[in-house]
Amino acid sequence: MNAMTQDQGLRTLSYAEAIREAMAIAMEADPTVILMGEDIGVYGGAFQVTLDLVDRFGPDRVMDTPISELGGAGVAVGAALTGLKPIFEFQFSDFAMLAMEQIVNQAAKLRYMLGGEASVPVVFRLPSGSGTGAAAQHSQSIEAWFGHVPGLKVLQPSTPEDAKGMLLAALADSDPVMIFEHKLLYKMKGHVPEGSYLTPIGKALVRRTGTDVTIVAGSIMLHRALEAAETLAGDGISAEVIDLRSIRPIDHETILASVRRTGRLMVVYEGVKAFGVGAEISAMVAESDAFDFLDAPILRLGAADAPVPYNPDLERASVPQVETILAAARRLSRREI
Amino acid sequence: MTKPDNRPFAIRSYAPEQLREALKRMYLIRRFEEGAEDSYMRGLIHGTMHLSIGQEASAVATCIALTDADRITSTHRGHGHCIAKGADVGRMFAEFFGKETGYCHGRGGSMHIADIKTGNLGANGIVGGGLPIAVGSALSAKRLGKPDVTICFFGDGANNEGAFHEALNMASVWKLPVVFVCENNGYGMSTSTARSTSVKHIAERAASYSMPGVTVDGNDFSAVAEAVHDAVARARAGDGPTLVENLTYRWRGHSKSDRNRYRSREEIEEWMARDPITRFRAELIAHGVLDDAAADAIAAAAVAEMEAGIEFAKAGPAPSPADVTRYVYAEV
Repeated sequence: MNAMTQDQGLRTLSYAEAIREAMAIAMEADPTVILMGEDIGVYGGAFQVTLDLVDRFGPDRVMDTPISELGGAGVAVGAALTGLKPIFEFQFSDFAMLAMEQIVNQAAKLRYMLGGEASVPVVFRLPSGSGTGAAAQHSQSIEAWFGHVPGLKVLQPSTPEDAKGMLLAALADSDPVMIFEHKLLYKMKGHVPEGSYLTPIGKALVRRTGTDVTIVAGSIMLHRALEAAETLAGDGISAEVIDLRSIRPIDHETILASVRRTGRLMVVYEGVKAFGVGAEISAMVAESDAFDFLDAPILRLGAADAPVPYNPDLERASVPQVETILAAARRLSRREI
Repeated sequence: MTKPDNRPFAIRSYAPEQLREALKRMYLIRRFEEGAEDSYMRGLIHGTMHLSIGQEASAVATCIALTDADRITSTHRGHGHCIAKGADVGRMFAEFFGKETGYCHGRGGSMHIADIKTGNLGANGIVGGGLPIAVGSALSAKRLGKPDVTICFFGDGANNEGAFHEALNMASVWKLPVVFVCENNGYGMSTSTARSTSVKHIAERAASYSMPGVTVDGNDFSAVAEAVHDAVARARAGDGPTLVENLTYRWRGHSKSDRNRYRSREEIEEWMARDPITRFRAELIAHGVLDDAAADAIAAAAVAEMEAGIEFAKAGPAPSPADVTRYVYAEV
């Protein structure tokens, strides 16, 4: 879990600390920024991301909400519409389903329905993903659902540096932004620059260059892909690994340029394989000139067609792991698909 | 010792020109909706619309207590709220006609008319959708230290949505300056409140959220004005939310597809006899605010404004199909 090892000597923070630092910077700079969510005050949030912020900024700006996801999200939307910049934490991304009405029908559409005459600068933070033994209702990866909604921006940071920069970028944006944070990454350490900086929304990043196969992955899957790429290098397979970072808007150019170079594409994501991020990226390539550069079919690796199971071996088997990525990349390089 | 003032609340509380303007807005709502209905029948407007004819007192008497900085959230049956908050009927018609000159540049239509600048946060196509948004608006006012109050219009149908209960609870827990104004017209589409709602009066729900709840005759301008005035004063003083229930009735069907199979002709006629405009006009004349001729002149002015609004709408340019994705995101 420490793939960004080139950070020696530089200041490091955990992914959770980086998010907390971003919130503190924003709250100090702008009195209209408030935090809302369940147990984000003295409890510090279910994953301790907001720890101590209530001591620094008080309960009026770090607001514990009742367990009312629909209402709470709606209050954040209404506040955003009228001059505040709320950061609303869903305790688990799964609970956003209780608030779909406010996210999809209201936040995402208000600017459009009102002909550009309204802004909803709300940020939703959503702890996401499997690997914690919390079973089917606390482990999902539903970010692709929101990729289907015009009006939203959907981000997925994979490093502490991006977790901070994306949150600050989301706050600087006047549209609703959903940030899917991975629960298993909260403790991951990495270099985080001091002060305020913005990670550009909608830009993927080549994290490892290669010539034989392009692997597009985001969030925790980036780290598994990078680990697999290291082993593949020993096999003589040069993998290029792209950190997707942003699902909506999605970065066509970085992905297409890589595919034109490597001729092979694999998309790795934690959401259910069918109708997911992989389908969108595959279609993006199929509909472009990069299609002509393909030397093999496109491969998608996603979650099993099942809810996330409880048993740890089943849970592990339900989503792509380093060894599945490795095996798939080897098959792809031999065109054994 | 002065004699107690036994005149109706609105008469003793508002200046004659405010009362005349209120009557004008009630006429304007009625004529606007008739004009919209007529345009629809003639194929000038597509889609659907939800008319509030018969409910005009609720909209106008509620908004008479507001300043321009106060905000409202509205519903799918929201034309009256827009006009009551000061919307221009020309731009409203233009929106119905799908024109660039409409309030939403033709992107929203009847169910999304808003004017953020005048505190109208918008109608809403989702039943209960505006309730949490209104609470958020009230939270903004409180956090930003502004005296503004938010009025949350909703219908009886919304009182059975989870959003209603979550919104009222949070508004109460946080003591926010919001007034929940329920326009109980007896039916959520075809299903009566008697068949859908466990309490007789929706104002009874207020007790669950430790806020005052009052039920008034929603076709009596003064009764609505007084209840909302008290609730707004309470909100502005920092004492938290109130639930006001205006009992009223929509003369027309739920929407354009309604064949009125769930209610009787007698029931509709009984409510038409309690026309809020006729009642308010009579009250104003009885208390010398205006005479019959002046009232007729106001009614005629409303017709002229409606007709001019339709002409404005017809003349406006349509959006270009090339702009279909414009306004999805902020333009940078």
